[in-house]
Amino acid sequence: MSETILSDLAKALGDQSIKVIDLTHTLDPDFPVIILPPEFNQCARFRMEEISAYDHRGPAWKWHNITLSEHTGTHFDAPAHWISGRDLPNNSVDTINPANFVGPVMVIDCSEGSATNEDFELTPELILAWEEEHGEIPKDSWVLMRTDWSKKTGADYLNMRDDGPHSPGPTPDAIRFLIHERNIRGFGTETVGTDAGQGSHYTPPYPAHFYLHGAGKFGLQCLANLDLLPPRGAILLAAPLKIKDGTGSPLRVMALVQGNDI
Amino acid sequence: MTDPLPPPPKKNPQVRTVSPTRPPEARSRTALGLSAAAAEGRFELQHCDDCGKVQYPPRDACSGCLSTELRWKDTDAKGTLLAETTIHTSTKLYFRERTPWRTGSVQLDAGPVIICHLHGDCVRNGRVDIINRLDRSGQAVLLALPSQRSPHMEDDPQLRAMTSDPKHRRILITDARNPNTSEIARALSDAGASMIFVGLSETWRPSPTLDALSAMDKVDVLPLDVTDTHSVQKLAGAIGGKTDILINNARFLRPGGVLARSDTSFAKEEMEVNYFGLMRLAQSFGPVMASRTADGVNASVAWVNILSVHALSSQPEFGCFSASNAAARSLSQSLRAEFRASGLRVMNLYCGPTEDEWYQPLPPPKVTPQAVARTLVTGLQNGLEETYCGDVAKDVFERFRDNPLILERETTLAGDGA
Amino acid sequence: MRQSYDGVVLCAPFTTAYQRYSIETAHWWIARALKGSLDLAGLRPSEIDGFTVSSFTLFPDTAVGLTQHLGLSPRWLDHIPMGGASGVVALRRATRAVQSGDADIVACVAGDTNHIDSFRLMLSSFSRFASDASYPYGYGGPNANFALLTDRYMQEFGATREDFGKICVAQRQNALSNPGAVMKKPLTLEQYLAAKPISDPIALFDCVMPCAGSEAFLVMSEEEAAKRALPYARISGAIERHNAHAEDPIQLRGGWSVDIDELWDMAGCAPVDMDLVQTYDDYPVISAMQIEDLGFCPKGEAPSFLRDKDMTIKGDFPHNTSGGQLSAGQAGAAGGFIGLVEAIRQVTGQAGPTQVAGASSALVSGFGMINYDRGVCSAAAVITGGAR
Repeated sequence: MSETILSDLAKALGDQSIKVIDLTHTLDPDFPVIILPPEFNQCARFRMEEISAYDHRGPAWKWHNITLSEHTGTHFDAPAHWISGRDLPNNSVDTINPANFVGPVMVIDCSEGSATNEDFELTPELILAWEEEHGEIPKDSWVLMRTDWSKKTGADYLNMRDDGPHSPGPTPDAIRFLIHERNIRGFGTETVGTDAGQGSHYTPPYPAHFYLHGAGKFGLQCLANLDLLPPRGAILLAAPLKIKDGTGSPLRVMALVQGNDI
Repeated sequence: MTDPLPPPPKKNPQVRTVSPTRPPEARSRTALGLSAAAAEGRFELQHCDDCGKVQYPPRDACSGCLSTELRWKDTDAKGTLLAETTIHTSTKLYFRERTPWRTGSVQLDAGPVIICHLHGDCVRNGRVDIINRLDRSGQAVLLALPSQRSPHMEDDPQLRAMTSDPKHRRILITDARNPNTSEIARALSDAGASMIFVGLSETWRPSPTLDALSAMDKVDVLPLDVTDTHSVQKLAGAIGGKTDILINNARFLRPGGVLARSDTSFAKEEMEVNYFGLMRLAQSFGPVMASRTADGVNASVAWVNILSVHALSSQPEFGCFSASNAAARSLSQSLRAEFRASGLRVMNLYCGPTEDEWYQPLPPPKVTPQAVARTLVTGLQNGLEETYCGDVAKDVFERFRDNPLILERETTLAGDGA
Repeated sequence: MRQSYDGVVLCAPFTTAYQRYSIETAHWWIARALKGSLDLAGLRPSEIDGFTVSSFTLFPDTAVGLTQHLGLSPRWLDHIPMGGASGVVALRRATRAVQSGDADIVACVAGDTNHIDSFRLMLSSFSRFASDASYPYGYGGPNANFALLTDRYMQEFGATREDFGKICVAQRQNALSNPGAVMKKPLTLEQYLAAKPISDPIALFDCVMPCAGSEAFLVMSEEEAAKRALPYARISGAIERHNAHAEDPIQLRGGWSVDIDELWDMAGCAPVDMDLVQTYDDYPVISAMQIEDLGFCPKGEAPSFLRDKDMTIKGDFPHNTSGGQLSAGQAGAAGGFIGLVEAIRQVTGQAGPTQVAGASSALVSGFGMINYDRGVCSAAAVITGGAR
């Protein structure tokens, strides 16, 4: 039975009836990282250093050393990343069951509202409205908030002003609903964090991080191309690097999408 | 007669560790000239350029002719003990905790009369030799030694308080892979160290020195990679409380100045080991070492950095390496200041090119591991802050002190072509 | 021959009761002594036109701050930071001011408070040479310096601790007649010898007790004093010398030895004519040194000179008649005035319980300021009873 499903999958991938969609930003030095108050240690930016290029430094090969944070670019958040998840078992990227790295994904389209409201909020009402149309969110699935924010460039992406950054995200109620009522696997966004830009002003501050990781759930950030995904039916592939005691990692996030859904 | 210092008993875990206290630190700026000399173990006094009179205490004008041309010079250290006293009570906590404490009045052959600490073996009205050493405030004090060497002299408690003597102390040498490690370990063992920990990085690499080191008496090889914060923290967690002297001989060295290289890759390694390695070690081992400087016979006492003398002035053939050592030197100055309140002594040992693979093409004289070991142990026994190993290092330092700009120019000539 | 001090006199000697510790300030203590002296003379503060002060704990104020603090408006002002020599030096300054007409009535005051921390803090910044070259060596303060000196003196001249003990015991005896003295219990030679060691060979009873207190006297013309019917003392001679014998490796003689002949010439008398001697007694070895340098005996012979003398107020060599600093207490810079003020009382018959019978001539000696390894300042004066 399993043999037939996987071989069918192989065939479908071969004839493009199942497409692989890349949901990842290119890691390059200019990609924004989250900005914290200056007294705190900051997130490392992506830097790469060529250490040989078929030359005297290494005649037959080319390679780079790279430096970056666990949370640079398109990246995965493990429960160990937040204080609320610090004591949970298997809470770091090297100990999470890899079965979690492949699974169904739901995409809630908030792009219209986000186009005119930089602080657009995903609320329980919006989730229920989505479920009206597309059916109940299955347990242990990924839920992604599509905002088309990944199409923004330069300073517009972090959208930082004197009172902090402004970008869309979920309300505390929305996250609590997804976790307690729907028992999702994880939540993802196109912005630099799973929380809204102004998320520090909710109670609790940063509710997505707080509740997701406190419940042993995962986060994905800086996703792209969510507009290429169907609201449901795709399979998400998101496997972080196996970093010892890691709180997250940059990764290649991809989705398998049935041809006729695109 | 100085009683030989017995090895300390095991530390009583029920007793509070004594907090470090210090002798008085205040000195006039002029008097700091004496401290600068003590940092190198030199006995210097001011000599008047005009009339030759030797001055003490340090001052701003000659007490013979009012000339302000006073110059610090190495001075004849012999004298005669005129009077002595043993202090039984003091208003200063440091001395109060260490009474009875002997001081005396010595007439130097060079002229001035000095009040000084007295070694226990100094004989009433006898001849003495004066040494200039840093006390636990990091300031110069003069101490009279009997002019005849006596047995166990170094165990005199007043003298030992001025030194970083390895005797009965436990020492960490950070890098087993440095060619100088086994000689340093041997010299420390001969000098009476009770335990020598040696750090070994990347145990997945071949470790050619490991067997010989492990076979040495009192040596224990433990994992330590100064480029890995977690590794440093882990070792500090295990042995930080028993590290009385830390010797950082970790070194990453490649040839090349800025333009000779095409990228920052080796430079990053040089900084990672030579500069950040020092920083990591200091952040992990520093606080606990600073807290234990009054912890009995084997109190923590010193931090040693082995640096290239070209930390002072770049050697362009090894320009990037020089820069990493300059960074480490500057950091060690900060560390020295941050350790000041605890009395932990930072000693920088400067070498010219060493006798090992990356300096192979350079002409002699080069520094052997044995020479490094000897200079290191002597430096610790004299409580120095700055010491120079080998002819090149001494030469470079002298030129640097004379005029650093001339030194820079003479080492950075391009050579006359056609 | 130097100009005499004729025509100018000392009066209104006042001593506050010394106190081991005080929460008051130097300003408070100085004011107490000044008022005490002015009250004795029936004068108001506005009636003095000269003022000099000596104090270690007045910082950040000097005599300048005190004029405004105490409401004085003098036309002659001085601040004398010479420690134990301050009294005689103040006498020399003030008498010349009155003689020249620069001032008519000068108040000379010394006073210090003593907080729990005062002594230690004072030591920490006493002088540049002390910070650089003395206190790093055991921080024994003057105790360690004088221990070295005593050690050398004992070696060189064969003095014993008993010799010094005799001086201390006699002074304690005198102090028992001084109600303002800090030490109240008798002292035997046995107790002196068995005392807790401080810095060998100096032990507890070789050391003064720092305390709070103040002293004052007035300087005015003889006519002025007579007009007011004030008892007064005349000045037969006075000397001072600083940083004397700088090339002596250890201080076994002080500045008095340089000018002592001049003092007796000026005074027109000899040591043997003195009815009492007030030496500066921070340590008994220094008293011994003064007895030699002031001309009572050759260098090194003070112990044998004193051996057959009775130094109490009823004896044949009354010395430090109010107990001196060793027994009355050292109230900072007031230690430089205690001998002089007591001597003025003595030669004017006002000393009360410590009065030496028939005293009319007194020698007062001052010494002080251990800048590095020796006392830099020295001074001495001979005063005689003028009117009682």
